[in-house]
Amino acid sequence: MRLEPIANPSPARRLGLPAAALALTVLMASLLALLAGANPFATLGLIVKGAAGSKYALLETLNRATPLIFTGLAVAVAFRAKLWNIGAEAQLYAGAVVTVLLGTGALPLPSALLIPVIALAAMIAGALVLLGPVLLKTRLGVDEVVTTLLFNFIMLLFVSLLLEGPMKDPMGMGWPKSPALEKAARLPRIVEGLRLHWGFALAILSALAVWVIQTRTTLGYEIRAVGLNAEAARFAGIPVGRVMVKTALLSGGLAALAGFSEVAGLKGNLTLDLSPGFGYTGIIVAMLALLNPLGVVVAAIFVAGVFVGADSMSRAAGVPTYIADILMATALLTMVLALRLTHARIRWR
Amino acid sequence: MEILDILLTASFWAAAVRIASPLIFATLGELICERAGVLNLGIEGIMVIGAFTGWMTVYLGFGLWTGVLVAMLAGMLFGLLHATLTVPFGLSQHVVGLGVTLLATATAAFAYRLSLPEVTSPPKIVPFQPLPVPGLSELPLVGPAFFAQTPLTYLAFALVVVVSVVLYRTPLGLALRAAGENPASVEAQGLSVTAIRMGAVIVGSGLMAIGGAFLTMSAFSSFFFEMVNGRGWICIALVVFGAWRPGKAALGALLFAAFDALQVRLQQTPMGAVVPYQVFLMVPYILSILALVLMSRRAEVPAALMVPFNKGER
Repeated sequence: MRLEPIANPSPARRLGLPAAALALTVLMASLLALLAGANPFATLGLIVKGAAGSKYALLETLNRATPLIFTGLAVAVAFRAKLWNIGAEAQLYAGAVVTVLLGTGALPLPSALLIPVIALAAMIAGALVLLGPVLLKTRLGVDEVVTTLLFNFIMLLFVSLLLEGPMKDPMGMGWPKSPALEKAARLPRIVEGLRLHWGFALAILSALAVWVIQTRTTLGYEIRAVGLNAEAARFAGIPVGRVMVKTALLSGGLAALAGFSEVAGLKGNLTLDLSPGFGYTGIIVAMLALLNPLGVVVAAIFVAGVFVGADSMSRAAGVPTYIADILMATALLTMVLALRLTHARIRWR
Repeated sequence: MEILDILLTASFWAAAVRIASPLIFATLGELICERAGVLNLGIEGIMVIGAFTGWMTVYLGFGLWTGVLVAMLAGMLFGLLHATLTVPFGLSQHVVGLGVTLLATATAAFAYRLSLPEVTSPPKIVPFQPLPVPGLSELPLVGPAFFAQTPLTYLAFALVVVVSVVLYRTPLGLALRAAGENPASVEAQGLSVTAIRMGAVIVGSGLMAIGGAFLTMSAFSSFFFEMVNGRGWICIALVVFGAWRPGKAALGALLFAAFDALQVRLQQTPMGAVVPYQVFLMVPYILSILALVLMSRRAEVPAALMVPFNKGER
């Protein structure tokens, strides 16, 4: 068999194939529910209800979506330039560490000044974490996939070291956790009484900002050119190495905001389980969004909904909550295949 | 000098060889994939699924070797998925690989929770026992290190030889290497690049899964969610470090394992009282990055690695 490109795919192809991918994912969910001895329809219903069935559920989904928007954007920005940043997890923790460092009384500033300063510092930290692997890539040709992946493990150990050493909360009853942020460093809730903090608004704003950068600036154009064909971009006079570094700083900074927003908006302190793999899930979010920054918001809310819904379904129906991870991996794989088949048809010969 | 004392103990060398064994399986698996032109980032998840299925088979009452076989077949199944998506469909090897890792890891976690919902401490199996080679295992240092290991370790080292011979001394190996260097030349010979690449990914994934199974069936006797812990990514670094050659890659795995065994032992010394244990645990990951940097200058990357092949296209 071989693939033959289609120049102008029909609307039926453009819509039908992604819909088929989604249908396959739902089918997978039903099969897994059957395997677990549960009613597939009831299971799916419970997931939807747990994700969006009440005001509380919906807010929980939006809260869970917040870090995913940041990590999804980080991945989308990087992948657009074919910079394979799989290290959003490490960059997230770098942002979280800086947030605790500056947010526990180190800076005597009013809240309106303190919060932006911390956010900026967190972004710089995240950017620096990605700078290493990217310089190794541009200068020495070391593959960034493996280095960014390995940095995730190094960073987690480093955070563990901090939480059991210099950053340990003396009042923490021996638990490896940081002291709580001072009040001035906490992100307030958007509406008093509703459990949704300004981190979510910042995430939406970031998505808009990335969209503007990608569609309205020279850097955005250069990032796309490098991603499409680095050799051609170099030939056209685009400084490929420098564009890669700029992309990396943006990507690392965005991922770090996820850590900042989780600590300053939701948790109030840093523990080793701050992120249940938000960095890795960001890859799924970005791919489902076709690397479009505004799509990332939608995809993040969808993915967060599946995770939140699966948690609540698991308690009610007894299907293991890991069903959500299987479904997201299935959605990722079927969606990339659907996209490929949108632009090419199979010829058997 | 504590380091010297450690280096002269037999248990240190035995540990190094033991730690190297799963890495050798998985590194050989990745090497076969990459030599045929496919980067397999599914390695981490495939090791997890191997660790789980192998262990589960034995836990259900089957024999240890049945467990190894089941683990291998499970790995090959995920390899088939990876190969189908990346070879004939030519999808991004990065995205598919990570997707396969997520899928395999989640499948193992789901299946574990489904079959053992109530357990709080992971149940144990009786793992492979050491099988000393008569005579040779009596040798100082070398004996306990190489000749008093479990059968799976012997299999790992035997596979280094087998893979080397197949790659460099058989027509199959030649075709496989050509698929990774110059796929058009393979088609010119009347062979199918698609078939060779898919076969390589499926077989390679089977080896990765045995590497994972080593963890539950020879090194430890239980299954934990976090047990693979980046070993797959380390193996990808080892393939680069070994310049895509089985012998060198196995040597790299041994060297790496020796450092790993050393850091565990250094934690028990006065040095370990001063330096936080996390620093020691970082050593394997930092070494892997260093290995990549060191080898970057003289990398002999297969020319068609990560380049999809579509018949009739130029």
